[in-house]
Amino acid sequence: MAMFRRKALLLRERAALEVLRKGYVIEVENLTKRFGDFTAVDHISFRVKKGEIFGFIGANGAGKTTAIRMLCGLHRPTSGHGQVAGFDINTQQEDIKRHIGYMSQKFALFNDLKVWENIRLFAGIYGVEEKKIAPKTDEILERLGFTDQKNTLVGQLSLGWKQKLAFSVAILHDPEIVFLDEPTGGVDPLTRRKFWELIYEAVNRGITVFVTTHYMDEAEYCNRVCMMVDGKIEQLDSPENLRRKFGVETMEEVFTQVAKKAQRTDD
Amino acid sequence: MRQFFAFVEKEFYHIFRDKATMLIILLMPVVQVLIFGFAITTDIRNTSIAVYDQDRSEESRGLLSHITSGPYFRVEQEVQEPEEFDEIFKKGKIKVILVFPPDFSETLAENRSAQIQLITDACNPNEANIINSYIQNIAARYALSLDKGWVESVYVEPVTRMMYNPQLKSAYTFVPGVIGLVLMLICTLMTSVSMVRERELGTMESLLVAPSKPFHLIFAKTVPYFVISVFNLAVIILLSLFAFDVPIRGNFGLLAGASLTYIFTSLCLGIFISTISKTQQIAMIISLIGLMLPTVLLSGLMFPISSMPPVLQGISYILPARWFIDMARAIMIKGLGFGSIWMQWTILGGMAVVFLGASVRGFKIRLN
Amino acid sequence: MSDYSVSARNLSKKFGHGHHAVQAVDGVSFDVKKGELFGLIGPDGAGKTTLFRLLTSLMVPDSGTAVVEGFDTVKDYRQIRRIIGYMPGRFSLYQDLSVEENLKFFATLFGSTVAKSYDAIKPIYRYLEPFKKRMAGRLSGGMKQKLALCCALVHAPKVLFLDEPTTGVDPVSRKEFWEMLGTLQDQGISIVASTPYMNEAVRCHRIAFVQDGKISECDTPENIRRKFPHAILAVRSRDAFSLLQDLRKFPEAHSCYSFGNYQHLYLHSEGGADGSAARLQEYLEGKGHQDIRIEPIEASIEDCFMLRMNKEGGDYGDV
Repeated sequence: MAMFRRKALLLRERAALEVLRKGYVIEVENLTKRFGDFTAVDHISFRVKKGEIFGFIGANGAGKTTAIRMLCGLHRPTSGHGQVAGFDINTQQEDIKRHIGYMSQKFALFNDLKVWENIRLFAGIYGVEEKKIAPKTDEILERLGFTDQKNTLVGQLSLGWKQKLAFSVAILHDPEIVFLDEPTGGVDPLTRRKFWELIYEAVNRGITVFVTTHYMDEAEYCNRVCMMVDGKIEQLDSPENLRRKFGVETMEEVFTQVAKKAQRTDD
Repeated sequence: MRQFFAFVEKEFYHIFRDKATMLIILLMPVVQVLIFGFAITTDIRNTSIAVYDQDRSEESRGLLSHITSGPYFRVEQEVQEPEEFDEIFKKGKIKVILVFPPDFSETLAENRSAQIQLITDACNPNEANIINSYIQNIAARYALSLDKGWVESVYVEPVTRMMYNPQLKSAYTFVPGVIGLVLMLICTLMTSVSMVRERELGTMESLLVAPSKPFHLIFAKTVPYFVISVFNLAVIILLSLFAFDVPIRGNFGLLAGASLTYIFTSLCLGIFISTISKTQQIAMIISLIGLMLPTVLLSGLMFPISSMPPVLQGISYILPARWFIDMARAIMIKGLGFGSIWMQWTILGGMAVVFLGASVRGFKIRLN
Repeated sequence: MSDYSVSARNLSKKFGHGHHAVQAVDGVSFDVKKGELFGLIGPDGAGKTTLFRLLTSLMVPDSGTAVVEGFDTVKDYRQIRRIIGYMPGRFSLYQDLSVEENLKFFATLFGSTVAKSYDAIKPIYRYLEPFKKRMAGRLSGGMKQKLALCCALVHAPKVLFLDEPTTGVDPVSRKEFWEMLGTLQDQGISIVASTPYMNEAVRCHRIAFVQDGKISECDTPENIRRKFPHAILAVRSRDAFSLLQDLRKFPEAHSCYSFGNYQHLYLHSEGGADGSAARLQEYLEGKGHQDIRIEPIEASIEDCFMLRMNKEGGDYGDV
């Protein structure tokens, strides 16, 4: 039985790799989510290329969170179909969860565990093989230049270090794509910039990044930006093209103009 | 005053909008009464007994039929050899073996005190005690019935008289106990948690920075739970009156007065716990483990206080439930008046004043 | 009485003991004029929230004094609580009460009614009125923040303390929020607000940089920008990330950070930005960058803040 299951898993993973060969880590078509008679996400379609930084932007209540939850396999779409990391969004949600990374500002690491304990814990959660965990931990600590702080409680680290560590943990199982949900909310400008430099490094190593943010200067750092209004995708293009299209100087102005169309102030 | 009512209104909203908690609060007394009434009953019914009758006389048969005629005992087995006793108890079904000595009828005929031996499985000492006293009781009555003919009875087997509760119904004792328990749980746990929640959610910050009076804030917390507790009290009393035939022999007004005092004391205790707990979890642990457990075990609800070691008796003195259960039993079952419960009443009232005073004093007008 | 609405003198507050003690606020002094919009700018954990709690009488300082509208925050806390409005950093209204019920409750707390203070809260409440029956817990971030502001205003306070009121709120709502503060200004209310968003700091009359519990600079936004010690070049090219790395290696570079689609390069030499621009152009072409654009610019508040943070060790140096 166990062997059969392992075989089935292997087949699914092989199929997923086949899907990814086309060069898209996310492909969704007409993805929709309704709660009762409220349509939180309304027929959205887009593709995220391998290795790009894809920005996801919208006012509070535009449907961002619901969309991300569907992509991460936490919500089942009401209708529509697509793939994330090569797996079907409707039927293979458990496989999706194993092949993506996730980090949000609200929850990242356990403050009452030591640095290495956190890494170990999340390695276990993501199903990293037992014998690979120790070398993986050392590798992460070394890359961060953090070996000395191995036994420090995470709660005692500065915010900048916490973020660095949380991001490294989110990608420790080498996911196809990492979802960053407002990773820099309420963080000071210097720490934010250092965090983005971390993102760029990860992208240079071949990881695809899907990020939401309220800082419009950060939208500039993305390769492409998707703006949601009332559950629909209103704009999707590179920051440069969007600025040109609206004839403005900054993404802040683009967003202000796009968000003006919103009917829904709340969800 | 308007400020106080605004607080009270808000508290009612909190409670009524939390549907799940509301349901638990209202159903809990009913469930507790039913559990104590049916499941944890200390009444003896259909107890299996074995008989080792070495006499096999009319008299031994007579006593046995007396014992089995009620709903309490059934003869499961006749024993032939004393060596079997061990085996019988190991099987666990039979709780007591009745041994008639060979000279049982002879001794009775000589008007001397005849003895029977009760060998009881004392794994559950409480139960064993109750079984013993039941059989003693029946045997005593049987002996009396035999004595009719003789003017000078020499029968000296001690006769235990069960005062107030001749049928030894446990419902009589548990109803006051359940009232004590349920009210303690709702008043103390709910108030302490709801107070600490304000601190945890950060709403306390908004309240403190406004010119709100600590006394209003604290007192308003107790009002809704007071109302709910009174409702629960009524439910428990009605249920015990009609489902378990528990009498209220004393003055109903007196019972109500004692209960309201007890509710108030418990509320004050809840508030006091909230002033010393940092998180909802701590408040809950203090209320449940620090208070509920001793209340169940030490307040006289399950076990008699007089048979506890002195240290535990000492602890029972500081439990409000102990004094309330004392009073409630006195009023409901013994039918006593104010004269015999004033001390307990005063102690409860004193506790309330102390807790309330300590809470208002200990209430922090600033964040820490 | 003085012209000052808020005066802090040598305020200090420490948490914990011994080895784990944290000096949250460390000898802070500043004054807020009547009717002024005063901004506290600083990273997370700099001590802004503690400072607010000291000023609103919610905490007692270890040393130093604070006076709000002539009242001492320790002695006269009762009077202070009547005349200030405070919006804590965390949403601290009742989630299970509706918009209307929250407002009514807080009005009553201050011995007022919603009707009496309707004029004061109207500019904000009109956004909320369509949702007045909704539970506060089910509002979006922007709406929650407006409700919190309404509740802080419902007793017509003289001073308003806002602890990071716009954190986690989308840009459009943020902008609206600061416009609302502008209308309050017209009513003569003094406002002390903190924010991590630098572009909002510009809207304040004066700002103070808070760092490690101290105020490192306090002036008008214009003065702070004027005092920026380096010439700045805004640079862009096709590949932003490698551009940033190359700019940092530029011999005349002091430091360099991303600002949206531009990189801001702070130069060592003062004044001679023109010559530097030409040399930089050559340097970048040598590194193979394409579509290079270089412009000398004036410092923004964010530039000033970045430089200051970096100088003081920033967030990465101290573990």
